[in-house]
Amino acid sequence: MTISWTGLAVSLVLVVVAAGISLAWRLGLERSIVWAAARALVQLLIVGGILVLLLMPGVSLWWSWLWVAAMLAYAAWTARQRAPSIPGLLPVAGAAFLAAGTVCLVVLFGLGVFPLTSRTLVPMAGLIVGNAMTSTVLAGRRLQEEFADKRAEIEARLALGQSGRDAARPYLRGVLRSALSPQIETTKATGLVFLPGAMTGLILAGVPPLQAVLVQAVVMFLVLAAAATTTSVVALGLVRRLFTPDDRLLALSREKV
Amino acid sequence: MTAGFVLRGVSVRRGGDTVLDAVDAEIPGQGVTALWGPSGAGKSTTLRLLNRLDVPDDGSITYDGTSLDELDPHRLRRQVGMVFQRATPFAGTVADNLAVADPDADRDGMVESLRRVSLDAAMLDRDADTLSGGELQRMCLARTLITGPETLLLDEPTSALDATPAREFERTVLDLVDEGALTVVWIAHDDEQVSRVADRVLEIRDHRIVESGDWQLTRGRTS
Repeated sequence: MTISWTGLAVSLVLVVVAAGISLAWRLGLERSIVWAAARALVQLLIVGGILVLLLMPGVSLWWSWLWVAAMLAYAAWTARQRAPSIPGLLPVAGAAFLAAGTVCLVVLFGLGVFPLTSRTLVPMAGLIVGNAMTSTVLAGRRLQEEFADKRAEIEARLALGQSGRDAARPYLRGVLRSALSPQIETTKATGLVFLPGAMTGLILAGVPPLQAVLVQAVVMFLVLAAAATTTSVVALGLVRRLFTPDDRLLALSREKV
Repeated sequence: MTAGFVLRGVSVRRGGDTVLDAVDAEIPGQGVTALWGPSGAGKSTTLRLLNRLDVPDDGSITYDGTSLDELDPHRLRRQVGMVFQRATPFAGTVADNLAVADPDADRDGMVESLRRVSLDAAMLDRDADTLSGGELQRMCLARTLITGPETLLLDEPTSALDATPAREFERTVLDLVDEGALTVVWIAHDDEQVSRVADRVLEIRDHRIVESGDWQLTRGRTS
C-alpha cells in the first residue's frame, strides 16, 4: 500500500478538525496544533530523505551509527529542556540513553533478533531513544517531587547518621515503580485496548499480520527494557546530585508534570 | 562552663535574605539551653547548623573545640542527635524505625530505648502510623537516642502536641538530662515552656543573638 501526496494533503483535514475543536472551545491551542503538525511533517520528511540516502546501496553503516549518536545527543538536550529545574539532568540523561541503547542494541543485533543494517539500526535506535527520553523526564520529575515531598523524612534519616545514598534508597524504589508503571500498563493493554504503531504501520504497508505481530512484540520488549534501564540510571545518577558531598539534601523545587 | 558549641560570626543567607547575621554564641555541653525568640528569627537554622544539616555562609562553629568542618558529618550527626518539629515516622513498625537508626540493635536494646522515653515494649510491633502524636514524637526521640548521642537538638518537638503529652515529653527529656549523659539544645517560642525546661537561654531576634544567660536573667531584661 502506498499513500500519494494528494492523500497526505487530504489527511491534513484531520489537523483542521483538531484546530477547529480548539477554536470552538476557545482553548487557544489552534496555533500550537497547526505548528506541531507542520513541524512533525517537516521533521518526518527530512528523516525520510536521510533514510533514503542511508539505505542506498554501498552506503557505509557508519553513517547510521553517526545518526544514532546525534539522536542520543539531541535527546539528552531535549530532556534537559523539558525539565530545566532538575539539576544535572543533561549528563545523566546522556548516560542513561547510552546505557539503554547499549543493552537493547546488543540484545537485538548481538543475539541476532534482527540483522544489523541501516534499515534496522536507525528505526530501532530511534525507538529506544524516543522512549528513553520520555522515561528520563518522567523519572527525573518523579524523583524531584518525591524528594521534595519526603524532605522531612530524608533529613530525619540524615540526622540519624545515614549517608545520602542510604537515606534516599527507600524513596528511590517508589520513584522507579511509579516511573515504570505507565510503560508496564501500556504493555499489558497492547492488543486488547489498542493496536500499537509499529504493527499498524506494518499491516498498512502490506506486511502479513503475523509478521507484524512478531515485530511489534520485539518492539514492546525493547521499549520496556529501554524504560527500565533508563529509569534506573537516571534515578541513581540524579540522586547523587541531590546531596552535597557532606550529605546535605539540596533545596528542591516541585515541578508540575 | 564545659565545652560544647561555639559559634563565631556565623551568617546564613538564602537567596537575597539574611537568615542569620554574624551570630556569636556559646552553647555549653551540659544541661538544657533554650533557643528562644519569635518565628522566623533564625532558631531552626541555628539548630540545623549544629549537626550540619545546613552550613554557614560565613563564620565558624566548633564542637568540643573541633571545627565542624573537620568532623565526619555522619559521626557528628550520631553524636548530636535531632528531633524535628513534626514527627517523621518511617514506613513500618516501631521496631523498623529503631532499626533504621541502629541496624545492629537487638530486641532488648530496642525495649530499653523505648523504656527511656516511657513507651511500653509492646509498642515495638505496632505500625508507627497507628501511634498517637505524643507517642510518635517519643518514638522519634527513642529512635534518636538509640544512636547514643551526647547532645540532643530539639526543634519545637511539642508544638504539635496537646498540653498533656507535651508536658510528658518535657518530663521525659528532663529525666534524661538529669541522668547526666545528655546535653539538650531546645528551640521554643513559648516562654512558659522555656521557664520549665531551660537552664539557660539564647534569645534570637531579627536573625541575631540578642541575649544570652540564665533564664530568669534573660526574662527579667526582656519582659
